[in-house]
Amino acid sequence: MTATPATRPQRGSLARCRAWLLSAAPQSRRQARLGRAYLAWRHFAENRLAVVGLGIIVLLVAVAALAPILAPYSPNAPALTQRLLAPGPAHWLGTDELGRDILSRIIFGARLTLYVVALVAVIAAPVGLLIGTIAGYAGGFLDTLLMRITDIFLAFPKLILALAFVSALGPGIENAIIAIAVTAWPPYARIARAETITIRNTEFIKAARLQGAGPVRLVWGHVMPLCLSSLIVRVTLDMAGIILTAAGLGFLGLGAQPPLPEWGAMISSGRKFMLDQWWVAAMPGVAIFIVSLGFNLLGDGLRDVLDPKAEER
Amino acid sequence: MIQVANLQVVFGRGRRANPALRGISFAVAAGEVYGIVGESGSGKSTVLNVLSGLWRHWSGQVSIDDRPMAGRRDRAFHKEVQMVFQDPYGSLHPRHTVDRILSEPVAIHRLGQSQARVLRALEEVGLDSAFRFRYPHQLSGGQRQRVAVARALILEPRILLLDEPTSALDVSVQAEVLNLLTRLQRERRLTYILVSHDLAVVAHMCRRLAVMRRGVIVEELTVEHLRQRRPRHPYTRQLISASIGYDRQAAEAQAEIDAEGEGD
Repeated sequence: MTATPATRPQRGSLARCRAWLLSAAPQSRRQARLGRAYLAWRHFAENRLAVVGLGIIVLLVAVAALAPILAPYSPNAPALTQRLLAPGPAHWLGTDELGRDILSRIIFGARLTLYVVALVAVIAAPVGLLIGTIAGYAGGFLDTLLMRITDIFLAFPKLILALAFVSALGPGIENAIIAIAVTAWPPYARIARAETITIRNTEFIKAARLQGAGPVRLVWGHVMPLCLSSLIVRVTLDMAGIILTAAGLGFLGLGAQPPLPEWGAMISSGRKFMLDQWWVAAMPGVAIFIVSLGFNLLGDGLRDVLDPKAEER
Repeated sequence: MIQVANLQVVFGRGRRANPALRGISFAVAAGEVYGIVGESGSGKSTVLNVLSGLWRHWSGQVSIDDRPMAGRRDRAFHKEVQMVFQDPYGSLHPRHTVDRILSEPVAIHRLGQSQARVLRALEEVGLDSAFRFRYPHQLSGGQRQRVAVARALILEPRILLLDEPTSALDVSVQAEVLNLLTRLQRERRLTYILVSHDLAVVAHMCRRLAVMRRGVIVEELTVEHLRQRRPRHPYTRQLISASIGYDRQAAEAQAEIDAEGEGD
């Protein structure tokens, strides 16, 4: 890999920084780790589409963070004189049946989307990782027990199970998050277990055992780091599905409750005007589409970078 | 130092039971280098797995340092007995730097002075301290095996089990690693058990060796006997004649390398 022509003229601190990062003889753990991260980033950046995906996600985060500044109108205050206006200079994406600006609602809805996605990932991924690695490493009875529980969860379609949980817990965005997280962890446990079983019998694990490492140290320090990359890829690729499930629950009235500007709920309320005022349902749909696409592109790019088999190069 | 009597290991159960070791016995004195040769599947690596505690289902008597061994091994055992694996590409964790690989045993056994110990271990196996924060994929096969040796020695064990330590390396690097192991054995008065299918390697390192076939030791002999080609058992003779052509070439190559002096 050579430096691109655009960056070549700057020979000052940037070049020195790069040399430091790519040093064959790192002086500290931090330098070794950063150098690795930099190489991974360079590999990732070669994939244009993945960078586009990352850009979409960064944009989503920025929009969510700056929502009060970016949104031209209040997302919830109705203005009944301006009901169902078509997209135009005053309301770029039009208004809904209560006269609320759709652009502002989508901007504030980004916060809810991010909230759902982040919480589900934070709950489901560690649970799946823990259960999968413990089952895979311990084997025997514990493995059977944990995997049968996983099978029970996997036996139901995701949305149906989430629906059942939400109707038991009561509608609302927090309950929707819990329901989605409960349905999302089993595939992660499966992946983590499969990875763990291949890792368990490698010589480096045997070597660590011969040094006297206990099961906690082995699972936490040796097995989990290797499961992490395939898990991150899978979680990123699942983000789109999580968004769609959250939107689906919102659409069915079981997720975010009005007047929260949740994208799925917005589509649901726009459904009534689909033929004459298409923008009410279409605009949040486009937002869901773009964000899901972004997560999928990002996941694909991460898979190329984090694939353990690409490690050898 | 190490006594093994009537050691038996059976893989599988019932009708699919496959005896891997059918009652083998040998003894290794302190400071001795003992070789075990045999073709693949002869059970020679299983012996090491039993001795190191990786394989727990065996019967017979094994005692190390006059202490009889049972199922689980304690931490003190791991400090005394270490192992070097065959494949240096598989025996180092791909996401750990050399520094982490070497400092982990120090942390497990709470020996302290991790940094000083890591630097000393690297020096002892002839690796520059510049290698300290590299990942295994940034090292060559020979360098990796040196790291594996350093990891085994950082706990200052007295017994080292070597499972074909050079068979995954190319010939020029093999000699380097063997010389390193020989030097360390002399300096630290270590006890080695070296398992190999390569008679030349065993003859280079060991004074006594056992020839294994299908789970039994068919012959135990000294290297002098091996050199004079006076083995009693026909299987040993067969092994020797199978390796002769290669043996001569290897010996000549070895002489050349020795004449040039040690270098990378």
